[in-house]
Amino acid sequence: MNEIKGPTETKGPEKLLEEVMARHHYSGDALIEILHAAQLFHGCLSAPLLKEIARKLRLPPSRVLGVATFYHLFRFTPPTKHTACICIGTACYVEGAADLVEIVRRNGWNLDAVRCSGTCGLAPLVVCDGVTLRRATPAKLEDYLRSAAGPV
Amino acid sequence: MTSETLFHVQQSERQRAGRLKDRIFCCTVAGCLAGGADAVRDAIGREVEQRGLGAEVEVSGTGCMGLCSEGPLVRSSASDSIHTNVIPSDAPAIVHGSRPGALTPDHPFYAGQRRIILANSGHTDPERIADYIAAGGYHALLRAVTEMTPEQIVAAVRRSGLRGRGGAGYPTGLKWELVARQSSPVKYVVCNADEGDPGAFMNRSVLEGDPHRVLEGMAIAGRAVGAHQGYVYVRGESPLAVARLRTALDQARREGLLGERIFESGFNFRVDLRIGAGAYVCGEETALLASIEGKRGQPIPRPPYPPERGLWNQPTLINNVETFANIPTIVEKGGDWFASIGSPSSPGTKVFALAGRVARAGLVEVTIGSPLRKILYDLGGGVPAGYEFKAAQTGGPAGGCIPAAHLDVSMDYDSLQSIGTMMGSGGLIVMDTSTCMVDIARYFMEFCREESCGKCIPCRAGTVQMHDILARITRGEGREDDFLMLEELSGLLRTASLCGLGMAAPNPVLSTLRHFRNEYESHIREHRCPAGHCRMPAVRVSTEEVPA
Repeated sequence: MNEIKGPTETKGPEKLLEEVMARHHYSGDALIEILHAAQLFHGCLSAPLLKEIARKLRLPPSRVLGVATFYHLFRFTPPTKHTACICIGTACYVEGAADLVEIVRRNGWNLDAVRCSGTCGLAPLVVCDGVTLRRATPAKLEDYLRSAAGPV
Repeated sequence: MTSETLFHVQQSERQRAGRLKDRIFCCTVAGCLAGGADAVRDAIGREVEQRGLGAEVEVSGTGCMGLCSEGPLVRSSASDSIHTNVIPSDAPAIVHGSRPGALTPDHPFYAGQRRIILANSGHTDPERIADYIAAGGYHALLRAVTEMTPEQIVAAVRRSGLRGRGGAGYPTGLKWELVARQSSPVKYVVCNADEGDPGAFMNRSVLEGDPHRVLEGMAIAGRAVGAHQGYVYVRGESPLAVARLRTALDQARREGLLGERIFESGFNFRVDLRIGAGAYVCGEETALLASIEGKRGQPIPRPPYPPERGLWNQPTLINNVETFANIPTIVEKGGDWFASIGSPSSPGTKVFALAGRVARAGLVEVTIGSPLRKILYDLGGGVPAGYEFKAAQTGGPAGGCIPAAHLDVSMDYDSLQSIGTMMGSGGLIVMDTSTCMVDIARYFMEFCREESCGKCIPCRAGTVQMHDILARITRGEGREDDFLMLEELSGLLRTASLCGLGMAAPNPVLSTLRHFRNEYESHIREHRCPAGHCRMPAVRVSTEEVPA
């Protein structure tokens, strides 16, 4: 099993998704894997895309939509430019993660929350566009968000 | 791979390691990576190259060495010591062996531990199967396939007294026996790696640090119960664990340690990965199975239990990551050896993820039955100066709090249950006096409300009601009859919910009501938060001083 890679110049997202579906023999059992791949290639799960997947896998569209909306990791709108993901696991919450939420909102970043990123030794944790801030404080986060966003 | 090649790989790998002057292991697990372990590893690699030591010193990645709060960690095998808080500019001193302050195995954090599951952490590279084999890996599978009958394997696991490490503590041997007894020709082995408790990262660290151990445990289970197909259901939120598992699976398949005719016997066992998409309820076994089948992860009523009718209606063995990780050692050293460790009613070791207000946070493995005080103070270094211990939370949203009065409680399944909490999967979060226990109960209830799958009404509606009441109390709008209402709703959720999520959702409330009732009373009667956490409007003038 190879690591799934994103779209390249030679292969568009449609082609890549088709390959993943073929690898799973267009089986409904693999719906979650296929949705993961569809989101990776297309950025988000749009309504036409979900319908197309349902058609290819010979599943009722309600089943595909039902599964896609059940799980937190699937999104239906394109990701925004800057995203800050705040961990609100217990350790991070106890160490004050709730105070960080407001800071992210104020700076106009897209706010994402994860229940536990498994790095509790360094709580509270914020991942800003893939960069991890450990032992984040409101001041530290504010500084980082301002400097990282740059001129809009 | 044949048994000869297995021994050959082990021999040549050991000889290769013996020729090295030093092997430098850099932690490459989520915690240290977040602290810049990649840059540290690159810097050390460059330093070795520049000094022309490539033939004598090897730089490798390794699994979690435990002391996550002082990462990135780097271990030197020549001096058997661990450097903490390493930055890239430390590379020359580490390669030279002159960086001061490295921790030795007699440091209290390590001396108090007993490592079985984490034995290879800091000693092997999780991305090299040869390292795992050199450390004795896949030898238990060899024994299980060539020397033991399935009945003997099940008997060994039964004798070991191993109990499920996912939280409930069901005897593993009994479960195996149940599945083995089914006559169906198609059976499945499923590894539950959907570790979703907030504040718990044990399974994730095991998968990232020693994935082959889990795969070997699963293959042995397949042999014991007569299954030929296994699935690892792993959390989508842990991309590194997924990647390490993929690498390990590829290697094991290539070496013929998984797949057809393992060790040239008639035993076939395949393992496939299934990646979760973020749903806490999928840690519940029937919901997990639904998710593997590509459906919404909603539980179904039991019985029938999965050992009778599970994945695609076939008998299915489901165990937690840590349970499988214990299996190779049990097969190799025998059930009696394992049973002699820890407490008689729950033998073995348990990995805890120690976090919160504690001096040394990270991953610790101790014998079951160790007193909480030892874990917190000897290993964790206690609560930092200036703070005061209030409670330790175990079991995540399904567990409860241990107050200071019970600091000497023995950390085993039964003792924890007797004081109103549970072992859970191993999250251990230390709280100090600035943490409001009512707010913590509200926090966990909010979690359960968000994660309730919505199938059964007690859980779907009950968590909403309970959360509303708790939120009201923390806003200073609590009423005297809230106590009664919380207790009544708790009873309802416990008895009428469909699955463990709903049944256990009231636990944090009941546990805080039991040990910290006075805090609820202060909130409701005096509109005052003793911890100074909840912001409340001054509705009533209190004669007592409000702490800052």
